[in-house]
Amino acid sequence: MPSVKILKPNIMSDIASRVKAIIIDKLGVDENEVVSEASFTNDLGADSLDTVELIMEFEKEFDIQIPDDQAENIATVGQAISYIEEAK
Amino acid sequence: MQLKRVVVTGLGALTPIGNNVEEYWEGLKNGKSGSAIVTHFETEKFKTKFACEIKNYNPEDYFDRKEARKLDRFAQFAMISSSEAIEDSKLDLEAIDKFRVGVIWGAGIGGIQTFQDEVMNFAEGDGTPRFNPFFIPKMIADIAPGNISIKYGFMGPNYTTVSACASAANAMIDALNYIRLGHCDVVVTGGSEAAVTIAGMGGFSAMHALSKRNESPETASRPFDATRDGFVLGEGAGALILEEYEHAKARGAKIYAEVAGGGLSSDAYHMTAPHPDGIGVVKVMENCLRDAGIGLDEVDAINTHGTSTPLGDVAELKAISQVFGEHASKININSTKSMTGHLLGAAGAIEAIASILAMEHSLVPPTINHTTIDENIDPSLNLTLNKAQKREVKVAMSNTFGFGGHNACVVFKKLS
Repeated sequence: MPSVKILKPNIMSDIASRVKAIIIDKLGVDENEVVSEASFTNDLGADSLDTVELIMEFEKEFDIQIPDDQAENIATVGQAISYIEEAK
Repeated sequence: MQLKRVVVTGLGALTPIGNNVEEYWEGLKNGKSGSAIVTHFETEKFKTKFACEIKNYNPEDYFDRKEARKLDRFAQFAMISSSEAIEDSKLDLEAIDKFRVGVIWGAGIGGIQTFQDEVMNFAEGDGTPRFNPFFIPKMIADIAPGNISIKYGFMGPNYTTVSACASAANAMIDALNYIRLGHCDVVVTGGSEAAVTIAGMGGFSAMHALSKRNESPETASRPFDATRDGFVLGEGAGALILEEYEHAKARGAKIYAEVAGGGLSSDAYHMTAPHPDGIGVVKVMENCLRDAGIGLDEVDAINTHGTSTPLGDVAELKAISQVFGEHASKININSTKSMTGHLLGAAGAIEAIASILAMEHSLVPPTINHTTIDENIDPSLNLTLNKAQKREVKVAMSNTFGFGGHNACVVFKKLS
């Protein structure tokens, strides 16, 4: 039986895939590890500098500013995607 | 207090004429030139268009992508050469006391490519300082020994010496002294440099320090030749495992040579020009021999600083004549920079390795590219021109001098 596909607006899936591509590139992890609940530090092997770099890459890729106090709350793949979706 | 004896028990090299010690020696003995047109960047507007780059180098052969991205090229070279040396030494990494293993590294500049990339990136922006968080830790010259210690868990003394082109020799001398004094059993030492970049080439070129023989890059590094016109910039790394003699003997290590002594001095004269009377250079060789307790007539070979610059080469040979007197003409003098180019902060390391390999193989590598006699050079000196010479080398010296007037000299001795 075919699974039900939830169709998101294009812009959303586009953001998610671009976020994931950055994470895969910067953290050198496999695509299948980059799931929504994955924590950068606990699951994907990032250290403090890696997380700073990720935030900076998100800012550059999406042309947004993520203030430091908000960046502290972006700890998982899902949190990054929803933050950027909101900010765009 | 009785000083401990120090020996070399491992070697590693990543050079423009060979990517490991075995290939490096093949290149040295056959007089191979590592100089060619620069591939790292577009040199169209550069006065010098060639350098001694590492060939066939792909970081992903040595590191995973994430690791490679966090290491400037000079730090990658440090990891690769030190890993070859550690493997060569056959140290039992599980058994040794890691608190007594140091890493003392030499780098004249450090991560200049990283510095250049980040500053250029900033200059292209709107003034917002978007620097990569890895910018500083990738660039700093001391990150090379830092990363080596992290990889192996070596918790002894750990730092980088910076004295321009004498850096690696300074590192080796510090390593020697820490072991002599009983502070360490083993020190991973050497040096690495990766300055064949726009800023590195452009900077040295502005000083008129580089050869401009663009029509013949492979013969451009020609120390002691009358037509020499500057040095050829090189990149790479050399690593040596220095070990306390009894520690090495107890584990049945292969011993390449004894590090008999080291000498240091300063010209106190000019930022970049050598002292015309070579006072500092005379002093450094004298200091080195005294430190080692070696007589003038015991020295068989000297691997000179010999960078192929008009002033420096003659000043160094005059100093050798002054120090050694009549014995000078019995020494096999050479400059392996004729083949490798000038590796700056790594020069002392790869040249010390060349001296040690000359002992091991009883063959002194040549000073290649010699075509025209320089009348300012004493013709009685044997400059090992163009072809390697067979010779039993029991004692070999290696000279290095750095911008800033830093002189460092190391002497190795065959273990009797």
